[in-house]
Amino acid sequence: MLNKRIIPTLLLKNGSLVKTKKFKNFKYVGDPSNTVRIFNELEVDEIAILDISATQNNFKQDLKCLKEIAEECFMPLSYGGGINTLDKAKKIFDLGFEKIILNTAAVSNKNLITQISNIYGSQAVIVAIDVKKNFFGKKKVWISSGKKNTKKNPLEWAKEVELLGAGEILLTSIDHEGTWQGFDYDLIKTVATNIAIPVIAHGGAGKISDISKVINYSNASAVALGSMVVYQKKDMGVLVNFPKMNL
Amino acid sequence: MIGILNYGMGNIGSIFNILRYVGCKSIIVEKSDDLKNIDKLILPGVGHFGEAMKKINEIPELVETLNFLAKDRKIPILGICLGMQLLTDFSEEGNVPGLSWIRGKTYKFPILQNLKIPHMGWNTIKQKIDIPLTSEIGYEDRYYFVHSYYVKVLDKASSMMTTNYGIDFDSGIINKEENIFGVQFHPEKSHKFGIKIFKNFIKI
Repeated sequence: MLNKRIIPTLLLKNGSLVKTKKFKNFKYVGDPSNTVRIFNELEVDEIAILDISATQNNFKQDLKCLKEIAEECFMPLSYGGGINTLDKAKKIFDLGFEKIILNTAAVSNKNLITQISNIYGSQAVIVAIDVKKNFFGKKKVWISSGKKNTKKNPLEWAKEVELLGAGEILLTSIDHEGTWQGFDYDLIKTVATNIAIPVIAHGGAGKISDISKVINYSNASAVALGSMVVYQKKDMGVLVNFPKMNL
Repeated sequence: MIGILNYGMGNIGSIFNILRYVGCKSIIVEKSDDLKNIDKLILPGVGHFGEAMKKINEIPELVETLNFLAKDRKIPILGICLGMQLLTDFSEEGNVPGLSWIRGKTYKFPILQNLKIPHMGWNTIKQKIDIPLTSEIGYEDRYYFVHSYYVKVLDKASSMMTTNYGIDFDSGIINKEENIFGVQFHPEKSHKFGIKIFKNFIKI
């Protein structure tokens, strides 16, 4: 039977790997290729690279760094960051990545989801939905690395991108991200049980039981891990690791 | 020299990368003429079956050349993912015929409770026959799958491996006499388990 995928999710910022808390407090983690090489040796299920500076840096991708990664890592690779045209997506696919993650451009140019999906298949398109509570406790979809509120409802937006051709949703709770306090289980459950495509749960994992819960209770198809795989423990030093787990 | 057929659909880059990693020279082939100098062929593919056959049929003399390589020269051929499905007689994805090098058909996965389609992620295989391509494969070896359609071969002898995802399907298929192999998973994305398959393939 199929195992649930556990996906180390690495944040690239101006050529370095960083880790954030609630999309802020950037802490330096290490060199991207070295870190990815360690995950490759640990035989992780899949890796997601998110360049959180690309959109601000004029939607540019660090192709040299991504090429180094693709040439040495023989596992599923996805990339997100500043992809706003089909041509940019093609360059990433040609390097050997097989999934593109769209966030800002999915909102500003919905057609791009369909374009990529029609050519590369829906399994090649992940839409990242970043969710933050507003002043009144209502959960809304944010874009541009959590800087801009689209005022969209997460489930409605997930249903829409599914229809447009997305093959997976990377669902992140900005309020939980980097906190080690557990996922936003209800948010993930609401989305995962109401759409047909897989949901990757992201934001807040601090222990193995959090991962089990988001799979078993929230019905997530996969789990993205940030802090847990780059730090030794909460508030401790950098240690690239992959926890042993029996889910 | 291994040729990687590029007919406009698929992860050519990752197959090129892994062949280089295992120390094998490969070329990306786009025209029938370029196929003349190769002694092994990889048929990749990601996407829609009907679309893929359309593109293959659009390249002048490609099908004839491929048939010549497969049936007359009998060079080892490895189909990956959609590339494996193309080896069969027919697919429900587009309702079109395939290359018919291995008897069998490609069907849409049935909708079963709790199982999302596509079948995406790591899964194991059961070996059905003992051949050099799959030598040294261990019981716990795992492979990365992404597909919404599955293959069922007509003749048991054409099944190289099976996998379960709600139903049992043929995750590896073979035409032993003609050196034609197909795997549904992505060996180029399956760590050392997939590297083993490429190492075995270049030795055939």
